[in-house]
Amino acid sequence: MDIQLNDEQTSVRSLCRQFADAELRPNARKWDVDHQFPTEAVKKLGEMGLLGVAIPAELGGAGMDNVSYALAMEEISRGCAGTGVIMSVNNSLYCDPVYKFGTDEQKKEFLAPFARGERLGAFALTEPTSGSDAASMQTVAVKKGNEYVLNGAKNFITNGPQADVVIVFANTDRTKGNKGVSAFLVPGSVKGFTRSKADDKVGIRASGSCTLFFEDVVLPERFRLGGEGEGFRVAMQTLDGGRIGIAAQALGIAQAAYEEAVAYAKERKAFGHPITQFQAIQFMLADMATEIDAARLLVWRAAWMKDNGMRHSAESAMAKLYASEMCERVTSKAIQVHGGYGYVKEYDVERHWRDSRITEIYEGTSEIQRLVIAASVLKG
Amino acid sequence: MDFAGTEVQQAIASAARKFAAERAEPAAARADREARFPEELVRELGQLGLLAVNGPAVHGGSEAGAVAYALAVMEIARADCSLAVTMAVTNMVGETIARFGTPEQKARCIPRLASGEWLAGAFGLSEPQAGSDPNSMSTRADLRGDRWVLNGSKQWITSGDRAGVIIVWARTDIGAGNRGITAFLVEGGTPGLSVGRHEEKMGLRSSSTVSLSFEDCEVPATAVLGDLGHGLRVALAALDGGRIGIASQATGTIQAALQASARYARDRQAFGRPIADFQAISFALADMRTAHDAARLLTLRAAALKEAGRPFGQEAAMAKLFASEAAQVAVSKAVQIHGGYGYTAEFPVERLFRDARVQTIYEGTSEIQRLVIARNLLSRD
Repeated sequence: MDIQLNDEQTSVRSLCRQFADAELRPNARKWDVDHQFPTEAVKKLGEMGLLGVAIPAELGGAGMDNVSYALAMEEISRGCAGTGVIMSVNNSLYCDPVYKFGTDEQKKEFLAPFARGERLGAFALTEPTSGSDAASMQTVAVKKGNEYVLNGAKNFITNGPQADVVIVFANTDRTKGNKGVSAFLVPGSVKGFTRSKADDKVGIRASGSCTLFFEDVVLPERFRLGGEGEGFRVAMQTLDGGRIGIAAQALGIAQAAYEEAVAYAKERKAFGHPITQFQAIQFMLADMATEIDAARLLVWRAAWMKDNGMRHSAESAMAKLYASEMCERVTSKAIQVHGGYGYVKEYDVERHWRDSRITEIYEGTSEIQRLVIAASVLKG
Repeated sequence: MDFAGTEVQQAIASAARKFAAERAEPAAARADREARFPEELVRELGQLGLLAVNGPAVHGGSEAGAVAYALAVMEIARADCSLAVTMAVTNMVGETIARFGTPEQKARCIPRLASGEWLAGAFGLSEPQAGSDPNSMSTRADLRGDRWVLNGSKQWITSGDRAGVIIVWARTDIGAGNRGITAFLVEGGTPGLSVGRHEEKMGLRSSSTVSLSFEDCEVPATAVLGDLGHGLRVALAALDGGRIGIASQATGTIQAALQASARYARDRQAFGRPIADFQAISFALADMRTAHDAARLLTLRAAALKEAGRPFGQEAAMAKLFASEAAQVAVSKAVQIHGGYGYTAEFPVERLFRDARVQTIYEGTSEIQRLVIARNLLSRD
C-alpha cells in the first residue's frame, strides 16, 4: 500500500494546476455565460500533451500512465469543468478505443493527429431513445460490398459540434442484440453527416454537445473500428476508462468548490467572528474534505488498476458513482457556506454546482454504475 | 503508487481471515448473547501474533507494520466486532508503550501483551465527566516520597478488568492545566485499584467495559509513561493510531454487513425471484460496496502514512469519521434487506447493527474527528 505519487505524476499535477490557474480559472465564468468553446485553451492542452495523455509518444501522445491522466483531468476540471470534459472525451472516449482497437493504418490517420491535439474526436453511442440501454439503438449500418451505409441519429454528443472524427456505434445485425453492434470512424466531412445546433445545457457550458444525423452515409470497410459485431465490447471497455476521467472531473469540480468555500469562510464575518469559528461551518468543511479524499482514493485506485492491466469495471464504476454524487453534495455545501453570494454569478460556486450535475448522468448514470457494482458483488 | 499489499501484509491478513472464519465467527453469536469475554480466543490471537501486530519483534511483537495491523483488525471485525475491539485496544496499549516507554517498561509489558499472557491492555483516559475533553479530568496523582498515589475514577474502560496493564492518565500538577497531566502504567491487581461496574452494553457485548476506581493506589516512580506533565501528548498520539484501529473495525463491519446481505439476497425469494434481482436491493448492495471500498482506502492510507513515519492525524480522523458513519448506514441497510429476519438473533445483522453504533462514539466521537479535520484544514493557508 503506497499512495504516493512518483516524480512524473507530481510534475504533471503541478503543471496542470498552474495552467488551470493561469488560463482556465480566469476565463471559465465567461465561457460558461457565453456558452463558448475555449478554442485557444484546447489548442494549448494539445501542445501540453493533454489530449492524448496515456497514448504512447510514437503515436502522438504524451506516453504517461492513467494515474497521470486522472491527475491532469482533476486539475483541468478544477479550472474549468467544461474544458475538462472536452479533454476527457478526446482522451478516454476517442483516443483510447482507437489505440486499443484500431489497426496500424487507422492509428496513423485517426489517432496521432488527435493525440497531438491537432484534431478533435467524439464518441457517439447515445440516441434520442437509447441511453443507458445501448443495445436498443436504432442507428444501422448496412453492408453493401466493401462499404457500409449508415443511417440514424445520435444525441448529446460532447465535442459533437467541433469533432473532426466521431466514433459511431450502429447495428450491423439486428438479430444478434449486443453482438450485432459495430463501431465506425466517421469523419465530419463525409456526405450525409449533419449536426444540429449546440444543446443549451445547465452546466459544462464551455463544452459543446449536439445531435448528429447520418443519412445514407457511405463508409469504406476500413473505417470500421474493431471487428464486425465487436462494437458493444468496444463501447463497454471504453466506458470503463471513461468513467475514470469523469470521476476525476467530478473530483476537480468538488476541489474547486471546496477551496472557494474555505477561502470565503475565512473572510466572511458573522456575529463578530469569521464564520470558520462556528462548528456548523467547520463541520461542513471537514465533511467536504473527507469525502473529496475518499473519492480521490477511489479514482487513483481505478487508474492504478488500469495501468496494471487489471480488470477495473467495478472499481471504475465505484469511483464514478462516488465521486459524482460526492461532487453534487460538496458543491451544494459550498453554496451553503457562501450564503446568498453562493447563488449569484459573482462567485464561481453556483457554476460548480451546475457543472456537477451532469457527472451523475453522462458516461453511465449513477444507476448504471450501481448495476455494474451490484453485478460484481453478487457474482463474488 | 501501489494499492496491492506486500507479502507480509497479505500473510497477516490471511492468518487473521482464517482465524476469523474458523474460530471467531462460529463463537460470536453466543459470546454476544452471554456477554462472555472469550479468553480462549484472545490467547489464540496472541499465538498468531495479532495482539502486537505492529509491536517490536525484539519484545515478541510481529513488527508487521501499521497497514498489516489495519488489515488484521478488518478481518477480525468481520467475524466479531467485540473481539476486534479487545484486540485493537491491546495493540494500541502495546504500541504506546513501545513508543513512549523506557527499556524496562517495554521489556516487562510488551512480551506479556503480545503473547496473550496478559489477556489485555487497557487505556484509562475517559472519566464519568470527561470524555471528549480530557482536560477536564479529575483523577490525580500525588508524589509521596518516591511513589505516586493515584485517586479518582475512570469510565468506559475496555478490558479494564482483564488487563495486565492499564495506561492511566492523572493530574500531577493541579495548577498546570493540560500541561499537568501524566500517563502511568498501572498493573492489574495493584492494591487500591478496583474494578467497578461492568457496563451492560447494547453491542460489543463480549468485550468487557468497566469503570475503575483508584483509592490511594500507589505506583513506583518508574510507572510514569513518557515525560511528567506530557501525558496528553501520549494520549493524543495513541488516539491517532487508535483511530486507525476503529476505522478498520468499522470497515470490517461494513464488509460483514455486505456479505451477509448479498448471501441473503441471493437466497431469499419474493414475487418468484431472488430479491437480489430487484434494484431496490441490488443498488443498496452497490452502495455498501462503494462505501466499504472508500472506507478501506481511507483507512489504509492513514496506516501507510503512519508506517512511513509521516504525519497521519488528519488522515486517521478522516478514516475514522468516514468508516464509522458509513458503517451506520451499511448495518441499517443490511437489517432492511433481511426484513423481519434482520430483526432477530437468527441472522448476524442485528448484532452488527448494535455493534456498529459505538463506532461513531468511542476513540473520539464523529464530532471530535470533524474538529480535528477542520482545525487542520483551516490552519493551512
